[in-house]
Amino acid sequence: MTERLFEGADWDFHTLQRITDACEAVAIRDLGLDVYPNQIEVITTEQMLDAYSSVGMPLFYKHWSFGKQFAFHEASYRKGLMGLAYEIVINSSPCISYLMEENTATMQTLVIAHAAFGHNHFFKNNYLFRQWTDADGILDYLDFAKTYVMQCEERYGRVEVERTLDAAHALMSHGIDRYPGKKKLDLRAEEKRAGRRRKHEEEVFNDLWRTVPKGAAKSRSALSIERRRKLLGLPQENLLYFLEKSAPRLAPWQRELLRIVRHIAQYFYPQSQTKVMNEGTATYVHYRIMTKLHQQGRISDGNFLEFLGSHTNVVFQPEFDDPRFSGFNPYALGFAVMQDIERIVTQPEDEDREWFPDIAGKGDVMGVLRDVWANYRDESFIGQFLSPKLMRHFRMFHLHDDPEERAGIRVDAIHDERGFRRVRRELARQHDVGFIDANIEVIDVDLSGDRRLILHHHVIKGSQLNETDAKRVLQHLADLWTYDVSLIEVDANDKVLREYVVSPRPITAAA
Amino acid sequence: MHIIDRRLNPGGKSLENRQRFLRRAKSLVQGAVKKTSQERDIKDVLEGGEVTIPLDGMHEPRFRREGGTRDMVLPGNKKFIEGDYLQRSGQSGAKDSGPGEGDSEDAFRFVLSRDEFVDLFLDDLELPDLAKRKIAQTESEGIQRAGYTTSGSPANISVSRTVRLALARRIALKRPRKEEIEELEAAIAACTDEDEREVLLAQLEKLKAKTRRIPYIDPLDIRYRRFETVPRPVAQAVMFCLMDVSGSMSEHMKDLAKRFYMLLYVFLKRRYKHVEIVFIRHTDRAEEVDEQTFFYGPASGGTLVSSALQAMHEIVRERFNPSDWNIYAAQASDGDNSYSDGELTGLLLTDKILPVCQFFAYLEVGESGGSAFDLSDSSLWTLYERLRNSGAPLSMRKVSERSEIFPVFHDLFQRRETAQEKAAP
Repeated sequence: MTERLFEGADWDFHTLQRITDACEAVAIRDLGLDVYPNQIEVITTEQMLDAYSSVGMPLFYKHWSFGKQFAFHEASYRKGLMGLAYEIVINSSPCISYLMEENTATMQTLVIAHAAFGHNHFFKNNYLFRQWTDADGILDYLDFAKTYVMQCEERYGRVEVERTLDAAHALMSHGIDRYPGKKKLDLRAEEKRAGRRRKHEEEVFNDLWRTVPKGAAKSRSALSIERRRKLLGLPQENLLYFLEKSAPRLAPWQRELLRIVRHIAQYFYPQSQTKVMNEGTATYVHYRIMTKLHQQGRISDGNFLEFLGSHTNVVFQPEFDDPRFSGFNPYALGFAVMQDIERIVTQPEDEDREWFPDIAGKGDVMGVLRDVWANYRDESFIGQFLSPKLMRHFRMFHLHDDPEERAGIRVDAIHDERGFRRVRRELARQHDVGFIDANIEVIDVDLSGDRRLILHHHVIKGSQLNETDAKRVLQHLADLWTYDVSLIEVDANDKVLREYVVSPRPITAAA
Repeated sequence: MHIIDRRLNPGGKSLENRQRFLRRAKSLVQGAVKKTSQERDIKDVLEGGEVTIPLDGMHEPRFRREGGTRDMVLPGNKKFIEGDYLQRSGQSGAKDSGPGEGDSEDAFRFVLSRDEFVDLFLDDLELPDLAKRKIAQTESEGIQRAGYTTSGSPANISVSRTVRLALARRIALKRPRKEEIEELEAAIAACTDEDEREVLLAQLEKLKAKTRRIPYIDPLDIRYRRFETVPRPVAQAVMFCLMDVSGSMSEHMKDLAKRFYMLLYVFLKRRYKHVEIVFIRHTDRAEEVDEQTFFYGPASGGTLVSSALQAMHEIVRERFNPSDWNIYAAQASDGDNSYSDGELTGLLLTDKILPVCQFFAYLEVGESGGSAFDLSDSSLWTLYERLRNSGAPLSMRKVSERSEIFPVFHDLFQRRETAQEKAAP
């Protein structure tokens, strides 16, 4: 009989070390996971609340909206409306997992298996994270950002900095490059470059140049519209990038702040596209590790039951008519699909052979799963691997709600032969961020005229922007652009549905 | 693999963000604080607590899509087949939770600490006419008790602490008690058998030796009281609460006065390290009383306002040197005074009281819904108004409803350019 990792609920740091070693043995040897070095930190409830309010990052620049987050979380936590997460994990190298001190020994084991091995492997191997995030550089970059924002506040005043950051935050979800093309983000080099840029500007600054008479302005009309748009890199869907590069009157430090917000948005972009997969992977991994530890006799039956209790809560999926229902639970969906892949690989039925000829009966569960984890995001993952069996299991159905339709909401497809592919396609679409976020692009700038910035919102399925919010965001955009901004909502046939025009507010301090 | 204990790291990392948020939301929170404090007992104001502020004011906008046709995949189908229609509202139970629905902008509760609460509560208030403020910088030394020590001067020996320690030591070392020795001696005296007597004598000798070895009080046991010098700020304030308790003052009026005093106390407490309150009640004669008596003690009789002022003047002379103390006075009355007293009251005020006071507030309280209040000014009000018009630094307000207390207080102490008052309503 192997020695138990712990008895009862108590743990100390030696226990944590033993637990981690045991989990690591299973994760590396049995599951063949490939992880960043781990760093596990034990924190208190209050620190957990702190971490919540800065999007889970250990260091972050100061801004009032994080204070608002904190106040909000704290109030709902105190009222008992919200439990705290058991863990927060950061996509960095080393991969940092925060554990709460209140957790029992079983929970700590679960959390370590879940975060330090499940999430960690996913961060390190999934193509989106490899493409977009720089795990080695992120902590240094955040440190740089924090210091930089602080210095800006000292030099240019807190109000000015806050105004710029507010505007940048409003546009944050449109500060992302969706398509890889440029080289991978290297945050460390980015930080150095920022430093060099500032230094260069300071060195070459000479006020005399201002007084040199300019030559006759080149005729703008010579530039054809096409060429102008090309020079500006239009159309451009990364609004923050566009402003950073082309807004005429921003101070260099403001451009740098936009760049910081843009980089952070980009860093989180893969996470928003892989919620189901990320949580599914972590859940699948913790389930495998805990089961193995139990089989080995390293955790007792009682503790294993405690684990199963928590695990079941995590993967609970309420049905649509349940008051607790709030959409698909990414833990439940991701875990279910991965377990189903395991079944298809080891014990396929005829239906599975037909639907999944590539993997059915292949035998190598971990090989298939590692490949899935590395090469898919939520949308393609669901589109590819949601099996008829699971659709039946969840009793999925597809509703189509057309406000024009008097009769009500139409049931478009259900979990039957005719409906499987349609349900699956529709669910995959629901998890496609490219589809969820509004599609807004900078189309043109009238440089020879009044310098108005023209944006288009390509309306899909008649879903237009919320008016109040759109006006507010555009106000921020206009303030940064410092000329009028117009946003035109067009449908698929280029028919104009609505147009917003917003003028910048007068600037108090000249840029 | 690193396992790190971060629990000892300072928490409150988001304190700075919280403060920024508060600063940003200041006007909203301030409004909420004032609204809350009107509903609450004034003494609860000191406790801080929850305020509710609208989320809307702190909204962070994003481009959000809404409306249009929607498609959704849901779990848990029990009876529907393709082509069925669900009622939009009704028993079908199909609850939409598409994007763009989390639209309601509720208020959210925000827990303020005591300090934050009082700060915001009193933020734009200021004590007028702070001529003596410079004194606030200097501090004098005072002493206070600070536990016990093993060395010190004989005058400071703490007998009880010393004896307690000695007793503990004697018990621990098993020093024989006097009764034991006496008992043994009695046994020896009563003993007839020579051998047994020898044994008992030996025992007695042993006990006596032990008694000699273990003293009753050992130098080890001695403890001295320790004193420590602490800086005592000179910035101290005294507040005189002068209240008319003659028969004409109703409970409602006293309640109004009490609320005003409470506010003033909270406010002074905020500005000074030491605030004293002196309660003086008066009918046709004045006396200094404790708080309980002040507000609830029964008393009635005629009214001589000058008696209270005289009493205050004497107390100031005895206990509160105006060069060390910031003196505030708040007088609450229904405004009735005996006619003959008017001149004396005026003299006392201008010659004795006002020169030493930082601020003198007169609060005229009236019955709830007191419309008769507007008819004619009371004798005291007329008198004070005359004084003020001739330049005396008096502030005066009329109050008849509980909800007016805070606005009036706020009005009296509003930060202003000059210390001079504008005319009362």
